[in-house]
Formats: sequence, C-alpha cells, structure tokens
Amino acid sequence: MSEPRIVVTGIGWVTGLGHSIESVWKRLLAADSGMEPTTRFDARTFPTSFAAEVKKDFDFRTFVKDPAVHATAGLNSQFALGAASQAWKQSGLDVKPPKDPRRVGLYLGAGEGVLDFDNYVATMLHAWDGAAGKVDGVKWAARGLACMDRLKEIEQEPNMPLAHLAREFNCRGPAYNCLTACAASTQAIGEAFSILRRGDADVMISGGTHTMIHPLGVTGFNRLTALSERKGDPTEASRPFSVDRGGFVMGEGSGMVILETLEHAMARGATPLAEVTGYGSSCDAYRITDIQPEGRGAAVAMLEALRQAGIDPHARDAQGRPPIQYISAHGTGTKENDSIETKAVKRVFGDMAKEIPMSSIKSMMGHLIAAAGSVEFITCVLAIRDGMLPPTRNLKNPDPELDLDYVPNQARAAKVDVCLSNNFGFGGQNDALVVTRFRG
Amino acid sequence: MPRQNRRVVITGIGPIAPTGLGIDAIWSALLEGRSGVGPCSIFDISGFRCPFVAQLPADRFDVKQVVPKSYRKATKVMSRDIELAVGAAYEAVRAAGLITKAHEPADGKVTIPADRMGCHIGAGLIAAEENELTAALATSRKADGGFDIAAWGATGMQNLTPLWMLKYLPNMLACHVTICHDCQGPSNTITCGEASALLSVGESMRVIGRGAADACLSGGAESKVNLMAILRQQFAGRLAQATASDDPARIVRPFAKDAIGGVAGEGGGILVLEAAETAKARGATALAELAGFGASQSFCADTVGADPGRDGEGIADAMRAALDDAGVKPDQVDAVVPFGCGAPALDAAEAAAIRGVFGARAAQVPLVTISTVTGNCGAGFGAVAASVAVQALRTGMLPARVNGDASQGLDAAPVAARKADLKTVVVYTPSLGGQNAAIVLRRAS
Repeated sequence: MSEPRIVVTGIGWVTGLGHSIESVWKRLLAADSGMEPTTRFDARTFPTSFAAEVKKDFDFRTFVKDPAVHATAGLNSQFALGAASQAWKQSGLDVKPPKDPRRVGLYLGAGEGVLDFDNYVATMLHAWDGAAGKVDGVKWAARGLACMDRLKEIEQEPNMPLAHLAREFNCRGPAYNCLTACAASTQAIGEAFSILRRGDADVMISGGTHTMIHPLGVTGFNRLTALSERKGDPTEASRPFSVDRGGFVMGEGSGMVILETLEHAMARGATPLAEVTGYGSSCDAYRITDIQPEGRGAAVAMLEALRQAGIDPHARDAQGRPPIQYISAHGTGTKENDSIETKAVKRVFGDMAKEIPMSSIKSMMGHLIAAAGSVEFITCVLAIRDGMLPPTRNLKNPDPELDLDYVPNQARAAKVDVCLSNNFGFGGQNDALVVTRFRG
Repeated sequence: MPRQNRRVVITGIGPIAPTGLGIDAIWSALLEGRSGVGPCSIFDISGFRCPFVAQLPADRFDVKQVVPKSYRKATKVMSRDIELAVGAAYEAVRAAGLITKAHEPADGKVTIPADRMGCHIGAGLIAAEENELTAALATSRKADGGFDIAAWGATGMQNLTPLWMLKYLPNMLACHVTICHDCQGPSNTITCGEASALLSVGESMRVIGRGAADACLSGGAESKVNLMAILRQQFAGRLAQATASDDPARIVRPFAKDAIGGVAGEGGGILVLEAAETAKARGATALAELAGFGASQSFCADTVGADPGRDGEGIADAMRAALDDAGVKPDQVDAVVPFGCGAPALDAAEAAAIRGVFGARAAQVPLVTISTVTGNCGAGFGAVAASVAVQALRTGMLPARVNGDASQGLDAAPVAARKADLKTVVVYTPSLGGQNAAIVLRRAS
C-alpha cells in the first residue's frame, strides 16, 4: 500500500501587506513593502522603530461566524481566525463540514501571546524593593491580581489560537501547537502532513500566527542585535542577500492552510491547489546563538524533504530544468542566515543551485517569526498557480559572496511545478517542505 | 514503507519533581504517600489563593552539578524550565546507558549516531525571572514612579544581558538538550499546556515509527513556581483556597468530594524512546513498550478551555485513540495515571472520561494519582506521569494514594502501596486550552 497523497485545498493569510490572498499576492509581485513606523507601542527611541504591522483595517470579527464567541481573542488568535477562515472557505468545508469532527485535526506553529505590558510593568515596579534588589511577592500579588485581566492572561498561552480555531471549525481530532522559533509553522505543516499520511486524520488545519511587535519582543531582538537598525526609509530596511544587510525587520500576522488526504478531497469534490510531497526536519545541535557555519542541519532538512518527494537534487527533470524551480528562502536579512542558507542550498544542489531562483518575501512582509513558514509556504502554492516568482526587494547592492539567483527587485514569470520552502529557527531547528503542482 | 510503525520501547526515564532528580526519589515518596507540597522559598506568595507550591528545593537539584564542566557556562542563560529539562535529559541518558557527546568519550564513540537521535520536549509559557527583569525596568522609572518607555528604548534595555530573550524561548529546552547530547535528528517543542509532554512522547513515537530517527529524548518540563505562573493558575481557577495554617500535605485531593483545587508545581522529565529493533541490537533493556498514542481536542464552551467540558468526551477520545493504536481493549487496562490536579471542574471531566472509556469497570481500575507530589507542573506533568507508569510496570507495584476518595465512582480512595500484576497502563493529560494526549504503556516482554 502506498502512502496517501496530501493536498492543499485552502489558503489564507493576514499580513502587513493585507488580509486577502489576492491583495497580498499582488503587492508581493509588485515588490511592495509593508514596513512603516511602529504603532503598536511607542518605539520612537528603540534601536528599531519600524515593522510591517497588520493594518488597522483588519477586523477578525468580519471573518468569523459569531464574534461573541471569540470576544477575548488575543492578537495571535485574531490573526489566526482571519487567516483560517479564508482557507476554510476556499476549501468548501464551510458549506459542507466534515462528517466526523474527530477526523479533523490542527497543527499550528503559534507564538506566545502579547504581554499585557503596561499592567505587567506597573506591577513589577510597584513591587520592586530597590534596596533588597528583589520583588516583594505580597505587593506583587496585590497589584497583579487587581490590575491584570483573567482572560487576557490565559489568552497568552501559545495554545490559545488552537483553542479558538478548534471552536470555530469544530475540530476534535489531534491538536498540537509547536513553537520552534522561526521554523515553527513550517514544522507544523510538515507534522500535519505526517499525521495525514499516517491516516490519523482526514483534514488538518495548519499554519502559524505570531506577533512580537511589542516592547519586550523588540527589546529581546534588539539586545540580540538581530533586527535592522537602519535609519531612513523603513521600506528599505529589510535587505536579504545584500552586502549592506543588517538584520531582519519584524512582521506579524498569520498564514493558514487546509491540508487533506487526496481521497477525502476528491470524495467531496474539492479542488486541490497543490500537493505536499516532502517534509524534512533536523536540528543543528550546535550553539544557542549561532547557526552551524556550514549549513549542515539546513542541508539535511532539505535533503530529507527532497528524498520523501522522490527528487534527486542532482538530476534535471524531463524538461531539462533543475528538479526544483523555486525556493522560498528563509532569507531573514541577517549576515549569518543569508550566507549560511546560500551555502546549504549549494551543498544540496551543487552546480545546479545557481539555476534555481530563490527569493525572500521577508524583504516586503517582514519576519513573521513563528508564522513565517506558513506565509512562505502559501507563496509557493501561488507561484505554482500563477507561474510568477515574488522578488527579493532592496537587493541593489548584491553581496559578492552570495552568488545565487535571488530574483532581485522584480517579480519574474517562470513555469514552476516544484518548490522548496525553507525555515530555520533560533535554537537550531531546520525545516523544509516540498510543494508540488497537483496532477490528478 | 518498511520503517513505518516500527515498535517503540522506553529504555531510560529521567523524571524531575519536588522530590529530586531521578525515578528513585519520586517513587519512594509515592510508595510512602509523602507529599511534595510546601511553602514557597523564592517569594512570599501569601497574597495568592494558595500559599503552598510543589517546589524542587535547591539542595536537591543544582543543574551546575549535573552538566559537564565544559557546559557549565551555558547554565547562566538557562531559565528554571531549561534547567529542569537539561537535568532530566542527563538522568534519562544515564539511566538508558547511552554514551552521548555529553560524556566526551575519549574515542569519540557514541551509542547512537547523532543524525539518528531526535528530541521532542514540551514547554510552557516561560515567565521572565522577575528580579532580573525588574532590576532592569527600574532603571527607566519616571519621577512619579511610572515606567518611561522612551528611556527604556534609548538606554534602559541595555541593562538586560544581550542573550536575555534566549532564556525564555520555549524551544530553548530542546536547544540545550540537543547541544548537550548532540541530537541532530528531528526536534520539536510542543506548547499545549499540560498535554505538551505526552504530545511530545507521541510525536517521538511517530518519528521513530516512520524511521526518521532511531532514538529520541522526549518529554517536557515546566516551572509554575513563579509569580506570573501562579497568578495565571489562580486566574484559570486551578489553585486551592488555603491559608498558611493549613496542612500542606492535605491541600491536593485528587477526585475527592472535598477537593479544593491544586497547587503550582515544577518538574517534568525526559524519556529515552528507541526503536525496539535498534534497542535490542545494542543490548539495551527495555523498561516498557510504548504501545499506543492518541490525541484529541475537547469542545470547550468558554473557548479558552478553562472549563474543560464536563462530559469529558475529548479526554475519552484521546484514551480511546491510544487504546486503539495499541490494539488494546479497555478491559485489558490494569491501571491509569490521570492528571487529577485536584481542581474540581477538571477532576469531574476526567472522571466522566474514565467512566466513559471503562464503563462498568471504571470503579475497579486503580488510579495512580501523583499530583500530591508534583502539583501542576504544566508541560512537564505527562513526563513525570509516564515515568511513574513505567516504574509501576517494571516493579509490579502500585504506589500509595492519599487524600482522594471514591465519590466519583473511581478507584481513587486512600490506599497503601501494594503489589499488582500490571501488564498495561494508560497515562493521559488534558490541557488548559482543550488539547488531550494519552499513551498506552505495556510491560516489557
């Protein structure tokens, strides 16, 4: 018995470039940027004071069945509900829901929720005993219990987007949230794919949702010097693969997909948008702060995804093309990532690497952290659908040491049948997915 | 697919709980019915509902004494949750008789090749260490005592160590463990509250089953013994109402009619899971077989799952899926290790689930309640519970039970430790949020 084929039947996203599939895709192909001065908090004095925020016209209540049910939803849950509702609708499951909710599962890569910063800090400072260098527990409890909100606190748990989606779409099957930093939602889609292949569910909602555009999120990344601190026009700050790249720019939002077994999709007359054919996962086990310098782990993940898809990275396809026609790069725009990712891709594809277009949509949408992989996976689905490759924006000063085809500055038409989507997380997790044009 | 669904065994267990590191400490406490609940030594928590916690004291565990000298420096960037996971992983590896990179073998030889070793560790929402963060925040206070975010952005944040955030990313548990033991295979961090550890064990089982690894370090760890986590436990309705004059050993009463709630705990564990065939080839002793796994989502009326749904259907679904996966019928189950944190609403849902799965036999299936020792250690709980289940299967003993009763129609009343012919044990955990995970463990053949 061969393993079941797994197809994508719905996609949806909420990002700094908009919150419908077509509007965001159009802007990506126009090399448009979502970066603006930060508004979620007063970041004016922070080393980084810009981000690609989801704009104020996004209202999750217009996407869900009964907004009252989700009245307390935190930002991550709101983004997730918006994105998953689009995907669910596209899949047709809103009209004819699955018969057995126990066969519908969830695997998300959602981030931790946003801290109730003002009340948190007020509590901390109120309870601070400077002389003792210690927080007074009794004062802390009194203030914290008085000013923090019960549901706002519970909603910060990283499994809450999962709870909201389960409720909205009546999912009672296997339900997971993983949080492997920037690799989380690629890993989530890969594990959802594995659950379906094993036959433990018929349908999986998968993807990611995250915002770290809040004071301690930006503080944390600024202290790590991972963010771009470029002065001037924020739309020029994210510069993947450029010689003058200086770190990533934070984005926020969610990408959600509906995955199902081909058999289930066909039985209900759904239209597959693409097929997932391979998933690879590995761990650097190297250092807490650095990526393995030769891209060992990244290459292992890509090779395993290709192996599952039955692709020899060194063999051309029947049309004489490289076996992969587009790579959605992790491409954060940090010195380290872009150079090691380039090395890893060369390690996998050898001389053919230079013929494979590889771009970073983080140059336009910013880095959605845990949700990054989900929106990049969706980009692969759309590249196959429309035969268009999104560009890497701001690539005006190429790094002479980075010599792959990064699709600089302008979208490009190309026949794409097989894509690779890569994400690598702080902490060493590497994940890769192969997305293939669906052929019945 | 010759490697799909390979059998998986457990060859090492490394629980960590208020009793200390390793199975012996918690097992003897459970046999004797000793409590792990007491006052909190870190903060005065008398302003919360419950003045007691299940805390692992410093004299029973010091991560610096566990890691090799070469890794001691890295303990500076470990939050409490990371320390617990790192300690547990060393213990599990030791118990399994594995040589890993951590042992710095002179000939460089390790038992399992790095690329065949995976790692799945459940983690919680890690709270920033209050004193460290507040000392930095306090540098950016306005004259009126309020917080000056402009000063913080300009200079204040520099009072935090550059690596500050890396203490609190949930995947840093697995990050440190994979570095210590050089696990280069599939690795994941599952963050589904109290279900996290068993979901991680289940994912390891699938990864080994499909041949993506031969062994995994698997489990979870969390400390809820900090102000933020205690506050959230209180908000979630999980904490007992008690005063300092109450007997701490009597606070947690799993499944009892007079249950008053739980206590915040800290702990977890790592298990070494291996493909049965590769474990056998290296001459390892299987402590138990991991025979089945199931996961589900409850329908939660309040969306966030603080109220788990009194019918317990979701919890029952996970148990049924695990039993089905193992090819075991409910009447073949010899004992169950429940979550049973002592919070009445959740206990009631669990009781309904047990009655639903075991039917007329529910009152005869012995429950192994451990929350009187562990409290609610969140993402770590399932790993302690699984370790205890393995030990029960190995020794043919059921631990003592304290504080419970039979009011839910379950075998939950106080009883002394006793011998039992155990072949099959079920462990399950429901989470705040509604995710449920269950495993079926079988006595090693």
